[in-house]
Amino acid sequence: MTTSIITPDLVDLSLEADSRQAATRQLAQRLVSQGRVTDLDGFLADVTAREQQMPTGIEGGIGIPHARSAFVTEPTLAFARSTAGVDFGAADGPAHLIFLIAAPEGGGSAHMTILAALARRLVHASFREALAAAPDAQAVVDVVTKEVLGQ
Amino acid sequence: MKLVAVTSCPTGIAHTYMAAESIEQAAKAAGHTITVETQGAAGADPIPADVIAAADAVIFAADVEVRDRERFAGKPLVVAPVKRAINDGPGLVAEAVQAVSEAPAPLTAAAGRPVSAGSAAAGLVTKVDQNAGFGTRLRQWLMTGVSYMIPFVAAGGILIAISFIWGGPQVATKVFGGTFHGHTYPAAVTGIEGFTVAPVLHAAGYAGLLFLIGKVAFFMLVPVLAGFIAFAMADRMALVPGFVAGLIATATGAGFLGGLIGGLLAGAIVMALKRIKVPRAMAGIMPVVVIPLLSAAVAGVIMAVAVGRPIAAATTGMTNWLHGLSGTNAAVLGLLLGAMMAFDMGGPVNKTAYTFALASLASGDTKIMAAVMAAGMTPPIACALATVVRRQLFTPAERTAGEAAWLLGLSFITEGAIPFAAGDPLRVIPSLMAGSAATGALSLTFGATSLAPHGGIWVIGLIGKPGLYVIAIAAGIVVSAACLLALKSLRHAAAEAPSPVSVARVPVGA
Repeated sequence: MTTSIITPDLVDLSLEADSRQAATRQLAQRLVSQGRVTDLDGFLADVTAREQQMPTGIEGGIGIPHARSAFVTEPTLAFARSTAGVDFGAADGPAHLIFLIAAPEGGGSAHMTILAALARRLVHASFREALAAAPDAQAVVDVVTKEVLGQ
Repeated sequence: MKLVAVTSCPTGIAHTYMAAESIEQAAKAAGHTITVETQGAAGADPIPADVIAAADAVIFAADVEVRDRERFAGKPLVVAPVKRAINDGPGLVAEAVQAVSEAPAPLTAAAGRPVSAGSAAAGLVTKVDQNAGFGTRLRQWLMTGVSYMIPFVAAGGILIAISFIWGGPQVATKVFGGTFHGHTYPAAVTGIEGFTVAPVLHAAGYAGLLFLIGKVAFFMLVPVLAGFIAFAMADRMALVPGFVAGLIATATGAGFLGGLIGGLLAGAIVMALKRIKVPRAMAGIMPVVVIPLLSAAVAGVIMAVAVGRPIAAATTGMTNWLHGLSGTNAAVLGLLLGAMMAFDMGGPVNKTAYTFALASLASGDTKIMAAVMAAGMTPPIACALATVVRRQLFTPAERTAGEAAWLLGLSFITEGAIPFAAGDPLRVIPSLMAGSAATGALSLTFGATSLAPHGGIWVIGLIGKPGLYVIAIAAGIVVSAACLLALKSLRHAAAEAPSPVSVARVPVGA
């Protein structure tokens, strides 16, 4: 891995969106502007297709839109906090922490291992709390880097 | 207590691992040892066989079929949607522990979650209600049937194509009898159920035998489809009624659409029978004797009476109607025949059109045969083309089927498109009909002729106006492939507009 899966430019600490589609689109635009996604609409179609199979919201105010897509150039995490919350279909209410996970279609297992490690951290309350409390974008990046990559 | 678990989800990059972590944390907190196999995009690291052997219970947290589930056969099993594992790992682990205490009863599926792994087909089956909408499950059932059918289509179709290339397309006529390029051949066999080899070798040599073997593989196509649709719905005890229903669909000429219905019917019957609670003493013979027996009888009678009879009547009706149409505008007749050829690809509608063409050929009209053959060539080729143009719209199994479909289409083996049609009939069949209708109309309008009743591109020497004929076929391929891609992309894109067939409902927090 030459680049990190997340950079401060991929963090939005005050997301405002009235639907999961809008929230996903805003985060995906960050991926496009960072050159990690080559086709916004194509990528969103893949994310939506996954979301349609089953909503990705989980209990505890978490939404995890994600896809493996041909339009993704490298495995990436974009993160957003939403005070108002965005409905991701979880039973206990809207998501306040949103993780957009983008994986390349043909990604090798080294790439996928990093995303797998990230996904495993997501179920830990300490990880979520650290992200919820992070004062700025760099702090989010530091938390992810430390917890997921152990660096 | 020793536990093992498998997690898997559709994308394999997020929920698979979250569920694994959640279950691991919960099991450790409760003082159990656990080994989790994540069947995700990072590749699965299979649980060692000795670990499985030592395990007291198995947890499947899966929204897609668990791979190699036979490894866990006989262990107390708890099945749950992957989200449930994430949201409530401790609850799931507690259920696994409870399943161990209830373990001796092999079939308590009706009562609740614990079922023996050997008899629970899919994580999908017992718990799917709370997890996916009916449309999603229906698609998964159909795709399971299709994935088992594809090798039969490919192997049988390629054998037939090879026999045409090797022995000339007339091998088919030499084996089954009929008229080919003015020659009339006696039938060397009456059917594939009871043939002797010597007359086949005498009439058509080993090429003829290869052709016949290909036909035998094709004979299994609809039963395998129906059998494994039923299997996906209700596990292995549904194989018997599924295969029986599929064989009746074949025997009554109901084709693959009849097989789809038969497989779903058989699966539904077994699902219903599994809900019946029986005394412990009876439980052992239920999956082996009672359920297959009852379900095969019920599914068989329904298929033979409710499907077989109407089809026979409809075939007669359609044939009379087609003969009444002679003298109609050529383009209209071609349109109609073409659409019929693509509707069920070997089923009653297709056969009616093809039989009409055979009758026309026997009475000297070679144009209708040409149109019907052309219209039967476009569906597999169009599917193959579509898989190449937009790979991501198709499953890996469909892409494989696409590779064989080129040759099958060129050889006028319309069955090559069945894997595509059976997995997604509402989008695929209309697309294929549109292209075949165009091809049929063009071929008849051009006045192309064929002296051969089969053979596809291999009898191009017996085609009148071959250049225009190829244009008619190419046009239909383009029309079908374009329709197919448009309809499939619509489904991909239709995010906010849930259609009843394609979108999972949203009951979460199971």
